[in-house]
Amino acid sequence: MSEKLYPVSMTVNGTLRTAEVPSRLTLVDFLRDTLRLTGTHVGCEHGICGACSVILDGAPVRSCLMYAVQLDGCSVTTIEGLTRPDGTPSVLQDAFCEAHGLQCGYCTPGMIVASHALLESNPSPSEAEIRDAIGGNLCRCTGYQQIVDAVQLAAENIAKGAK
Amino acid sequence: MQCIIDAMKAAPFEYTRVSTLAEACELLSEHGGDAKLIAGGQSLVPMMAMRLARPAWLVDINRLEELKHVEVRDDALVVGATVRQCVIERNADAIRSLPLMNRALKWVGHVQTRNRGTVGGSIVHADPSAEIPLVACVLDATLVLQDASGQSEVSAREFFFAPMVTAIAPEQCLAEIRFPVWKAARLGCSFEEVSIRHGDFALVSACAQVALDADGKCTQAALGIGGASPFPHALPEIGAMLEGKVLDEMLIEDAATAAADLIDPDGDLHATAEYRRFLARMLALRVLKAATEDALKKAAK
Repeated sequence: MSEKLYPVSMTVNGTLRTAEVPSRLTLVDFLRDTLRLTGTHVGCEHGICGACSVILDGAPVRSCLMYAVQLDGCSVTTIEGLTRPDGTPSVLQDAFCEAHGLQCGYCTPGMIVASHALLESNPSPSEAEIRDAIGGNLCRCTGYQQIVDAVQLAAENIAKGAK
Repeated sequence: MQCIIDAMKAAPFEYTRVSTLAEACELLSEHGGDAKLIAGGQSLVPMMAMRLARPAWLVDINRLEELKHVEVRDDALVVGATVRQCVIERNADAIRSLPLMNRALKWVGHVQTRNRGTVGGSIVHADPSAEIPLVACVLDATLVLQDASGQSEVSAREFFFAPMVTAIAPEQCLAEIRFPVWKAARLGCSFEEVSIRHGDFALVSACAQVALDADGKCTQAALGIGGASPFPHALPEIGAMLEGKVLDEMLIEDAATAAADLIDPDGDLHATAEYRRFLARMLALRVLKAATEDALKKAAK
């Protein structure tokens, strides 16, 4: 039996994307399976792990906790949209590499989205503020310390004028 | 497309995004228990992913401007049901007139869930360990419910029956919440909880708000315990015990002990009943002390 499809049209990383989707398709499945933007990871699928974090109209949210059909007319930025315009890694992404802010990499897109949103609103966060901002993102490899180091390094580099 | 459909977690549903509250109420009266409202979705979508909830109709009220107001009106902070938690965190009226809510929000989920989750959604979801319902009960907020035939009001203390069971009928929509604003110049409040990880469900939570007069005597006090009863538990008995007195250490110790005696926690995988009662007493002690100290710092008018 074919399922009813709903039209949806949203801006993803600056490009207008239009599709017809089942109502129960989550945003993360829409990004990964329909748009083939597989940078956003899907972990627990019920809002605990934070791996699927994306930026919706400027604020970080969990993309497994909303249905794509709800976002008609909205603007979403995924990890793919956070690089420099030429596609090379951003200051924050470079800092994750330099400070060993990742091991297996599964949580990394969510960590970078959460940290990016933090640095946008607070360019020189304290360690406690960084830990609070990534408090909703689980990492089972790093023990978090290098992730905090990476965000601090990125903040320092941005303060020195890195773009 | 078929392979995606095979992998989707929620059961199928018909989706409608409404543009007025009246339209939402009409759909609810038409479909009754088969329809569910969705606002922030931070509790409903996980329940749908686990198929603990499988509404046939999902009515999206996220874009209803009439449910997004935050204003001070007649000694109450009036909050529209779909106001997001992050909005209250930053709203100047809410910070000034309802400081207890801001203390509570520090414990609610994480940045990503507060950006989406709503004040009203947390109340109607009615998790007994949730912070916003506890604040509503402790301050005895008024909940305004709307259905196709009109509005009705219910006190928060009469709204919560059991975990996820409330006084709201399937055809009703929570429209706004009126949190009483205490006028006292020397107002203090505190919210504390113990959870496995900050932002997770509370094993036990407690919050207190006290008002003191110029001599440091308590004119009004409210205490509540969350996570230790099947519903957010306001304890007006403790308020009555403290009012008219100076809140010294001895009295606060007695009040915390009395509070722990008034609740009847259950044990589960995460904490025994005995441990929950211990936490309830300890947290009641902490919040009453902290709220009193907070109030004492403020000058009498």
